[in-house]
Amino acid sequence: MLKTFPRGGVHPPENKLTAGNPIEILPPPETVVIPVTQHLGKPAVATVNKGDKVLVGQLIARAEGFVSANIHSSVSGTVSRIDTVTDISGYKQTCIIIDVSGDEWLSDIDRSPDIITEIKHSPEEIIQKCLDCGIVGLGGATFPTHVKLKVPAGKKCNLLIINGVECEPWLTSDHRLMLEKGEEIITGARIMMRALGVTKAIIGIENNKPDAIAHLSRLLNGANDISVQGLKVKYPQGGEKQLIKALTGREVPSGGLPIDVGVVVQNAGTAYAVYEAVQKNKPLFERVVTVTGKSLSKPGNFLVRVGTPVAKLIEAAGGLPENTGKIISGGPMMGKALANLQTPVVKGTSGIVVFPAEESQRPQVGPCIRCSKCVSACPMGLEPYLLMSLAEKGLFERMKAEKVTDCIECGSCSYICPAHRPLLDYIRLGKTTLFKMMREKSVK
Amino acid sequence: MSHTILLTVIVLGSVGLAAAVILYFVSQKFKVYEDPRIDIIQEALPGANCGGCGFTGCRNFAEALVKADTLDGLNCPVGGATVMADVAKILGKEAVVSEPLVAVVRCQGSYEHRPRTSAYDGVKECRIAHLLYGGETDCHYGCLGYGDCVEACQFGAMYMDEKTGLPVVIDEKCVACGACVKACPRNIIELRKKFKKDRKIYVSCVNCDRGGPARKACKVACIACNKCFNVCKFGAITIQNNLAYIDSFKCTLCRKCVTECPTSAIVELNFPPRKAEEEAVKETLTQK
Repeated sequence: MLKTFPRGGVHPPENKLTAGNPIEILPPPETVVIPVTQHLGKPAVATVNKGDKVLVGQLIARAEGFVSANIHSSVSGTVSRIDTVTDISGYKQTCIIIDVSGDEWLSDIDRSPDIITEIKHSPEEIIQKCLDCGIVGLGGATFPTHVKLKVPAGKKCNLLIINGVECEPWLTSDHRLMLEKGEEIITGARIMMRALGVTKAIIGIENNKPDAIAHLSRLLNGANDISVQGLKVKYPQGGEKQLIKALTGREVPSGGLPIDVGVVVQNAGTAYAVYEAVQKNKPLFERVVTVTGKSLSKPGNFLVRVGTPVAKLIEAAGGLPENTGKIISGGPMMGKALANLQTPVVKGTSGIVVFPAEESQRPQVGPCIRCSKCVSACPMGLEPYLLMSLAEKGLFERMKAEKVTDCIECGSCSYICPAHRPLLDYIRLGKTTLFKMMREKSVK
Repeated sequence: MSHTILLTVIVLGSVGLAAAVILYFVSQKFKVYEDPRIDIIQEALPGANCGGCGFTGCRNFAEALVKADTLDGLNCPVGGATVMADVAKILGKEAVVSEPLVAVVRCQGSYEHRPRTSAYDGVKECRIAHLLYGGETDCHYGCLGYGDCVEACQFGAMYMDEKTGLPVVIDEKCVACGACVKACPRNIIELRKKFKKDRKIYVSCVNCDRGGPARKACKVACIACNKCFNVCKFGAITIQNNLAYIDSFKCTLCRKCVTECPTSAIVELNFPPRKAEEEAVKETLTQK
C-alpha cells in the first residue's frame, strides 16, 4: 500500500503530455523584462540605472529586508529603462527592462559540465550563498530559501524533505529535472542537509513518475542519509503540510509551520538551484518551464531565462493555436490566467498551459445543495461551502473562527463542486480581507 | 366542585402576587438607567440604519449623540441639516451645520474611451476581480464595472449605465452615506461637497501611471501635465502620484481648469453653456 495524506484531495486527469520531452535550452530573447518582485516578501531595490551595461548573472536588484531575495540579470546587454509592466500578479509592477546583446556571463560562474559532489562550505556559507544568489522556492510559492534554511531559535529540525511530487496536472518540469539532473539534486539536498544540520532526508515522488523514482534510487545506491519514497497519486500532495503528513505521519498544527514538527520541505527544483549556487556560483536567473496544451503542436520543457515574455515560449512550442481561450501560468489547479502574452517568466513560473476556448470557459454556476463534496475534498479539513457563504455576506470575523487562514488555496473544492460554485474565489476574498484587517489592527 | 375552583384561584392568585412582589424588588435592585432622550432621538432619526454616520445603526448614533458634549463631528448624512437641527433642539445643544456631500464616480473609462485588452470570465464582482488582476483594460486603477457600488447603495441612488459600463450617481437620491465608497475596491468613488444646482467640477480619473501609459490605456486619463495646477488661483488643485486632485472645499467653480485640461479628464456638470458655446449654438441654429 503506497503512502499518501489521509484527508481530502482529488485526482484530476494527469495529462502529463511532456513527460518524455527532454529539457530544451531556449536562447535569450531580444529584450527581457525582469520584475523586482519575484518572491514572497519585500520587493528588491534596483541597483542599476538606465544605460548601464550588465552581464549574465550580475546583481541588478538587492534584497530589501530579511524576507526578500536578490535579483540577477538573466542576459547580457544594456538596461533600456526601469518601468512598470504588467507581471504575473496581473498588476503593473516595477521591472528592469534589458536589451540583449550577445551572451556574456560573469567570469566567476562555473559553466563547465562537471558535477561537483564534494561539499566544502560551512552552514553559514551555504545560507549566505543562497541569499547572494537569490534562491527562492521554485515550487511556485517563491519563499526565499535562505530564510527557510535558517532554523529559528528554539526550534529543532531533524528531517529535510525534497518535494519531487509535482502533483499539478500537465506540469513535468520537476520530473524532467529529476531525470536529467538527478546527481545535482541529490548534492543540492546534501548541501541543504548540512545547512540545516540534519542527517536524514526523504525525496517524495508520486508514483506516476516511476522512471524518476528508479533513477534517483539508482544514483543514491543504497546511501543511508537520503531515501526515495514513492507516493500514491493524489492532489495536492505537493502542499508541504500534505507531504509531511504523507511521508512522516506528523501533522503541522493549525497556523504553524513545518519547522514546528521538525521538518523543512524544499522543492526538487530548489535543490538544483541550491546546488548551482553553492557549487557553481551561479545565481538563479533561469529555470525549467513546461509549455503544454493539447492544441499546441510542439509542447515541451524549456530552460528559460527569467524575464523572457511568455509569447516567446509559446512560439517555441509551435505558436499560439487559433482557438485559444486561456493561457495559464503555473498548473491548471493553482495557476493564474494571463491577461497579456508579454508577461515575463519569473522565478516561480513552473509551467504555461494553453487551453482552447471551449474547454476554458467557466460553466454556469448552480445553487449549493449542501452535498458536502467540497468538505470531503478539502485537504485541510475546512468547510468550503460555509466559508463561501460567509464571504458573500461579508462575515469575515466568522471566517476567521472557521480557520479560513489555514486554507492552502489548492482549489480542490472548486474542482469537485458539481454546481461549479466559485468556492476558492470567495475563500481567497475572505483570506485577503482578514489579513488586511489584521494588518490595520496591528498598525493601530 | 366550587371548592376546587376556589382553591385554584386562591393558589394561582397568591403565586402570581408573590412573583409580582419579587419581580418588583428585583427590578428596583437591578435597574439600568437609560436616558429617555435616546428613544426620542431615535424616533427623530431617519431609521435607515445605513451606517453613514460611522455608527452601527441609528440607535448607536442616538446613544452617541446623547453622550456627546458638542454635536461637532456628528452628522446624519441621510437626514441632513433639518434632522440635525431637530436633534439639537431635543438635546438643547447648538446644531453644527455640516456641509452636504454627494458621491462622485471618478472614472470616465467607458467602452469608447478605454479599449478592452482582455476578457474576464470569473465571478462578476468587483471585489473578486480586483484580487485577480488589473481588469479588462490596461488601466489598473479605473472602474471594473461589475457594480459592487450599485449593489451596496440602499437608497437606489446608483445605476450602471449600459452604454458606458460605468456607475452613475443620481444626485437627488444620494444621501452621502458612503456605502458605495466602502464597497469600491479601487477607491474610485469620493464624497465631495454638494454645490448649488448639483454643479460639479472634479478630476474624473484615479490613474497613477505616468502620462504615456495612462493615455494609452484610456483617452480621458489624467496625465499630470500640471496645467490645471498652474491655472488654479485658489490652491484647490494638488498633484500627487501622477494624478491631479481638486479639493471640493477650496474649489470656487471658476471652471478655468476645465478648459485647460488637454485630455478632458476634468469634468464640469450641470453648468449653463459658456458664452462662446452659446454663440456657436446660435450660429448653428441660424444656419439651419
